[in-house]
Amino acid sequence: MLVVACIKQVPDTTQVQIDPVTNTLVREGIPFIMNPYDTNALEEALRLKDRYGFRVAAISMGPPNAEATLRKALAQGADEAILLSDRVFGGADTLATSTVLTAAIRKLAEQEEIAFIICGKQTIDGDTAQVGPGIATRLGFAQLTLVDRVEEVELTTRWVRVRRKLEGRHEIVEAPLPALLTVVREVNRPRYPTVPMRLAAQEGKVTTWNNSVLGLNEATIGLKGSPTWVTKIFSPQRDQGEIIGDGVNDPEGTARLLIDKLLGKDVLTL
Amino acid sequence: MTPTSYIFTPILLASFLFFGWSCYRRFVLVTVGSAEDRFSNPGKRIGEMLLYAFGQKRVVSRPFGINHFVIFWSFLILLVANGEFMLHGVFAGISLTLLPERLYLVVMLLIDLASLLALAAVVVAAVRRIIFPPYPTARTIEAFFILGLIATLMLAYYGINGAKITTLDEGGRLLAQSWMPLSSFAATLIPQGAGTLIYGISWWLHAAALLVFMNFLPYSKHMHILTAIPNCFFRRLEKPNTQPREEFAHGKSYGADRIDQLTWKDLFDAYSCTECGRCQNACPASATGKPLNPRQVIHDLKTNLLANGPLLRKGGSPTLPLLGDSGEGSISEEAVWSCTTCGACMESCPVFIEQMPKLISLRRHLVEMESRFPEELLNLFENMEQRSNPWGIAPSERTKWSSTLPVKPFVAGETEYLLFVGCAGAFDSRNKQVTVALATVLDAAGVSWGILGKDENCCGDSLRRLGNEFAFDKMATENSRLFRERGVTKVITQCPHCFSTLKNDYRQYGLELEVVHHTVLINDLLTAGRLKLDHTVTDLGKIVFHDSCYLGRHNDVYDAPRQLLAQTTGHEPIELPRNRENSFCCGAGGGRMWLEEHTGTRINHNRVEEALFANPDTICVSCPYCLTMFEDGLKDKLSEQTRVRDLAEVVAEGLHRG
Repeated sequence: MLVVACIKQVPDTTQVQIDPVTNTLVREGIPFIMNPYDTNALEEALRLKDRYGFRVAAISMGPPNAEATLRKALAQGADEAILLSDRVFGGADTLATSTVLTAAIRKLAEQEEIAFIICGKQTIDGDTAQVGPGIATRLGFAQLTLVDRVEEVELTTRWVRVRRKLEGRHEIVEAPLPALLTVVREVNRPRYPTVPMRLAAQEGKVTTWNNSVLGLNEATIGLKGSPTWVTKIFSPQRDQGEIIGDGVNDPEGTARLLIDKLLGKDVLTL
Repeated sequence: MTPTSYIFTPILLASFLFFGWSCYRRFVLVTVGSAEDRFSNPGKRIGEMLLYAFGQKRVVSRPFGINHFVIFWSFLILLVANGEFMLHGVFAGISLTLLPERLYLVVMLLIDLASLLALAAVVVAAVRRIIFPPYPTARTIEAFFILGLIATLMLAYYGINGAKITTLDEGGRLLAQSWMPLSSFAATLIPQGAGTLIYGISWWLHAAALLVFMNFLPYSKHMHILTAIPNCFFRRLEKPNTQPREEFAHGKSYGADRIDQLTWKDLFDAYSCTECGRCQNACPASATGKPLNPRQVIHDLKTNLLANGPLLRKGGSPTLPLLGDSGEGSISEEAVWSCTTCGACMESCPVFIEQMPKLISLRRHLVEMESRFPEELLNLFENMEQRSNPWGIAPSERTKWSSTLPVKPFVAGETEYLLFVGCAGAFDSRNKQVTVALATVLDAAGVSWGILGKDENCCGDSLRRLGNEFAFDKMATENSRLFRERGVTKVITQCPHCFSTLKNDYRQYGLELEVVHHTVLINDLLTAGRLKLDHTVTDLGKIVFHDSCYLGRHNDVYDAPRQLLAQTTGHEPIELPRNRENSFCCGAGGGRMWLEEHTGTRINHNRVEEALFANPDTICVSCPYCLTMFEDGLKDKLSEQTRVRDLAEVVAEGLHRG
């Protein structure tokens, strides 16, 4: 059985700057990384592989240079790496992206039964958290988002029990397999690849599928298939703060001022 | 009065055969180790051997070392006596009396005195071992057995010669009194007529002690008698402050988790250790209750080699694991990670055993082959690989420290020095102050310098010492390329770790840089009168100076920081009890900066307590890690009146502030 880990190559957002004239990301010289949440998704897939002997396929939609990130997935221990790359896939929003990923996963399912699809909770560049649920919906798989622990997998009766991390509480959920999981960072700590694995990954095979392989209607993918467009992108200006009170001579009064200020701005509530 | 040679000869022959067989069995195991060149520059090697093995230079530098010196040289002299003894036992006609008389008498005098010295030294050694042993577990039966054997040899020698003297005529006795005074004294103790009996007993006792001693050697820690001298010959001629490069290719393995993955010299080291305990007494991990004991590491290697060596020679697999918690012969992973790579063990070893590189070989295996390391390191490794600094801060922030200063980029031909700021100097808020101070001082002296800005990478020191050679290799390759591309030839560093890595490790990448640590440069500027201090810095009060391991022990920079302080403050700093080559690590080297200390007490507390004993107002350091460790330690010790300053800050304080 197969576990599919969906990963995305993203610019290292701590290093991204926005061109104030064109309102686009300045990508020059910015290193690309595997989306941090996806490192956890891949790790969870590898842990399932270690526990149950599944095979792991890492798939990614992106430009040809996303191959580097897939090689990293191979170094971590993925058995197979598939890059979905075609000019017509470009400019996709979350809907068009999940359409392409879904088609690729269907194609994988023709060869081997799928037990899990695992995605990161969201990406650090788009932050939408929509692609995972989009895939689950299109495939009709159970959709388990924000998983911070895979508690039990029962292979004979085909169900899984996971713990979801919600605000202020946890939720234990059971679902039939196959299921799609989106994971939060707390779910695991990704392994560090060994040198032999890294060297093998450098020469490992990354399969590229373009649209002639997937055969999708071009109106449903890429820019054409995307109902959302980015009209403006900007970094919010942070206003200079103000100095209030006199913390040296009147710490208590100043603290009170600060609390009032924070209450006024709804940062604190009583 | 000659012992029966037909009894002695076969015993001697058997003893030598057994001894030869024992030595062969031991030494042949060394060949399971991997290759390493330790024969280059033989002239220098012989010189080092004469100085350190025969001159016992390191041995005598510590208490009771002189005692060992006496035993060593007595033994060398007594080799003549014992050689004669054995030959005479086989060929009755051969003895020292065949020598010209004058020479014979001098030789006998030397032997007579050397025996006494050896006897006295053995008594001192025994008393020392009982009253103040080098370490508590040093009171072993083996140690006393060997001392007893040596004492027996000496006493039996006097028995033999005393008995001989009783048979001499008046003239002979008089001559003996002058040239064999102690044997003559022994003769006076022998009852009338008992000479022959005493002679016989002494002779056989001497023979037994000698042959037992010889055959016991290969099976005991006293094997160092055979190996220590060659080990000084095979020592690393350059300072052991770097690790060898690895070649990354398919099918290779990295580091060591089997005894045969260490080099033959590593294995020879294991045979050269006599467990004197100096390394463990110098080790900061041992001193603070960590499971690392460098003496035990070497002992475990030997145990492991003896257990696995014969199997490995036959092409088999080892049965006793080298890494793990299998007791004697195995080294625990916690011990491996406890090393701060401070080098105190290697500095204190009288016979140049290299403990630290072995631990790094074990780390390499754990990191590169098994990805097994303390969990804190996962973030470190990823930050280093992704953002080329330990904290994972965006490289674009590398120049933030200089926001208030007019800092220029390094341009070959226009700027003389590259100031390699280093990760701590660029990102750590406290150490950024040091960088600013250094920049101010350099400008005041009119030094031409520039920076690489956001293009600067981490030097990779922590990665290499932690055994992540793969990531280090990528970093060093990239840095070497960058330095070449930018035409960098002269570098200033404020971090001894950057200093040592750029200066020593990068040589393996064909990069010969002139690297200067800021303390050395600033001291030179002061000496040359290029820095006019506005006032003598007196407001720092009583100053103690702490030597950084990578500046001091690993690179021999001891005087410059002291002179710098003397030139700036008007007086030499107060020395800590453990100073210069005996300095005690702050606890942050070898990548320990990024690891928690879960076991025992904290190394920085140990050092801070030592420093506070002098009741200083200021602790001066020359390393960003030391700065952090001391400030943290002082906070933990609730010491509010003592502050920590980098030397650059002290000098900056003395500059005119306009």
